[in-house]
Amino acid sequence: MYRQAAARLLRPSSASLLRNCASIRWFSAEPVVEANVDEAFVESWKKVAPNLDPPKTPLSFMEPRPPTPSAIPGKLTVNFVLPYRSEIANKEVDMVIIPATNGQMGVLPGHVTTIAELKPGLLSVHQDTEVTKYFVSGGFAFIHANSVTDIVAVEAVPIDQIDLELVQKGMAESTQKLNAATTDLEKAEAQIGVDVHNALNVVITGQ
Amino acid sequence: MASTGAVTFWRSAGMTYNAYSNICAAIVRNCLKEPYKSEAVTRETVHFTTTNWENGIQGKPVTHEIFK
Repeated sequence: MYRQAAARLLRPSSASLLRNCASIRWFSAEPVVEANVDEAFVESWKKVAPNLDPPKTPLSFMEPRPPTPSAIPGKLTVNFVLPYRSEIANKEVDMVIIPATNGQMGVLPGHVTTIAELKPGLLSVHQDTEVTKYFVSGGFAFIHANSVTDIVAVEAVPIDQIDLELVQKGMAESTQKLNAATTDLEKAEAQIGVDVHNALNVVITGQ
Repeated sequence: MASTGAVTFWRSAGMTYNAYSNICAAIVRNCLKEPYKSEAVTRETVHFTTTNWENGIQGKPVTHEIFK
């Protein structure tokens, strides 16, 4: 009895077990919410060791995919994280414009599920009339079916923290390096410098 | 999938996405205004010590401090 005490404490409550059960279909038009328990594993375990509780598999630690709401939600939930800080956490906004590699992409509630790679550029979060702008150095944006948008960036700064002089100086240096570059790698690095400084310039002066 | 499609210029030069991403971030950090730039320096500085071994003999440890 006491052997199982620890397992009972860790086991999810019966309500969430019920929700995780594969036979319940919440919104049958959408894909099935996957069950947490690996049925085949549990069955074969019971055959081999009927007296021991089956160990949990990595699958059982995963949260099932949240169901897609049938009506388009009114607001977008944004999570914007950096390696060292969470910039925006679970904020409900009207629209986010992300700098995807193939252009600025506007994300509204009900946007199709997308994974977008970000290029150095402007990220703007629109809430009512206020717009918060960040310059993002690169990263990814994951737009989920339930209108939750996760944006991960390596470096992102509010645009008023950028120094125009340093940008122009850096631009001049990078162009010089590009002209003087010999190996492919040097050329690539210089080209990256030119691209990023260009993007910074456009974002600051284009306002 | 871009298996035969256009490859990015940095990939064809032999650079990995990780390296590209870190270079971009370093450039952005370099262009910050003053209090933010020093914060970035303290945040991103990496300290490590390297020791060269030769013929089984440990050389002198060298400490590096890098902000990139």
